[in-house]
Amino acid sequence: MQLNRVAVTGISAICGLGNNLDQVWNNALAGKSGISEIKDVDPDKWPVRIAGSVKDFQISEDILAAKEQARFDTFIHYALHCTDEALKQSGLLDAGYDPYMIGSVLGTGLGGFPFIENAHKTYMDRGPRRVSPFFVPSFIPNMASGKISMKWNFKGTNHAVSSACASAAHAIGISAAEIMLGRQDALVTGGSESVVSGLTIAGFNAMKALSRRNDEPELASRPFDKDRNGFIMGEGAGILILENLEKAKARGATILAEVVGFGSTADAYHITSPHPDGEGTIPCMQQALKQAGIEPKDIDYINAHGTSTPTGDIAETNAIKAVFGEHAYNLSISSTKSMTGHLLGAAGGLESVFCIKAITEGEIPPTINLDNPSEECDLNYTPKKSVKKEIKYVLNNSFGFGGTNSTTVFKKYEE
Amino acid sequence: METIEKVIKIVSEATKVDASNIKAETNFIDDLNLDSLDMVEMMMKMEEEFGVEIPEDKTEDLKTINDVTNFLKTIN
Repeated sequence: MQLNRVAVTGISAICGLGNNLDQVWNNALAGKSGISEIKDVDPDKWPVRIAGSVKDFQISEDILAAKEQARFDTFIHYALHCTDEALKQSGLLDAGYDPYMIGSVLGTGLGGFPFIENAHKTYMDRGPRRVSPFFVPSFIPNMASGKISMKWNFKGTNHAVSSACASAAHAIGISAAEIMLGRQDALVTGGSESVVSGLTIAGFNAMKALSRRNDEPELASRPFDKDRNGFIMGEGAGILILENLEKAKARGATILAEVVGFGSTADAYHITSPHPDGEGTIPCMQQALKQAGIEPKDIDYINAHGTSTPTGDIAETNAIKAVFGEHAYNLSISSTKSMTGHLLGAAGGLESVFCIKAITEGEIPPTINLDNPSEECDLNYTPKKSVKKEIKYVLNNSFGFGGTNSTTVFKKYEE
Repeated sequence: METIEKVIKIVSEATKVDASNIKAETNFIDDLNLDSLDMVEMMMKMEEEFGVEIPEDKTEDLKTINDVTNFLKTIN
């Protein structure tokens, strides 16, 4: 069976680095940190008070009516906001496709957790009669896709993918498959997350997963560095418009890149710790390379999962060495989480946007705060400063709690 | 504040429709396009603002600003 080629025709992002694609990308190239102090919170209730929070964001009323804004948790706002920007770039709304052939599949790890937290407080303090009829639609993970379908009349496949920190990456892989199989002509995909709340921080903190470098927010996320001591929670979204490449070409769309490979495996090992020998991640990357029809040496850049946790960064480094051999030392790697924090279920969306920009702009965003790489981390992680480089193939890793792994390979578009 | 003014204020805040466009005879569904969830939320706000409990079987009869105002007057 001949599979359709998959084009990326629109991208957008929001995170601590900025509220639109250009801001996010330019600040990433400049090596800025999007991590800041979470202000006005009770230190007794918030052991960690730093995050990659989105700043000064207000969704446009053209995208979400004023009356509706308070009814949907923030992850839905981010998804709609970025979808609007990515759609404008892609020109998809003028493509004339059958609405049933345009889908929306978005990843989110926790959905509208802050709204659940607030509603639970209402329920406990004031009883069940005070729980809003809009509570359930405000937080369910698939409501980002749902609202996108309603706003833009996309009547194709519509659902959410939830695989913790691999959610958006899985959503992209699933969406690409929909197009490869001819089941959809175009999809909105990627992911969205906004869970910087007291309860989620308390939960991740209890696992000792978070850095507590509260006094130096900008230095806290330091993947592969000796002094890394946990990840920093980020929030935001990364959205991609995927399209049947032949159809995109026929309508004269600008093709940013191609999705050519996807791998997806499970560690089958531990609820939160990565398999130390990469039993899940190594075959995951190999699957993606195989589907792309390329050799390990063809990869120019890896946007690593690289969360800045002591064990995770070493496990990923070892897995990369196992897959790439000597070439592991030649290719460029970076963890943009050093600047954005970890967007959890949206990470794979945002980082795919970085991968695609790296291809189109020929520049690799850096791993900031990498002052002294730890001994086991001896690859080229693009420390501190962006690097200009001609890029044909990039690989993005996203791994999640539950031992879930996904890898996506993007390719520079050539006719 | 008169009961009706208070009702209009609550409805205006919930719907973001300017209070000057909401009249006694304004119908929640026909004029303000409210759906069933909007109606439940609206009645919850009325209950909170007026410190009353509106029985669920009553809400179906409350179709306009006037209906709500009159009902609130009877139970207050």
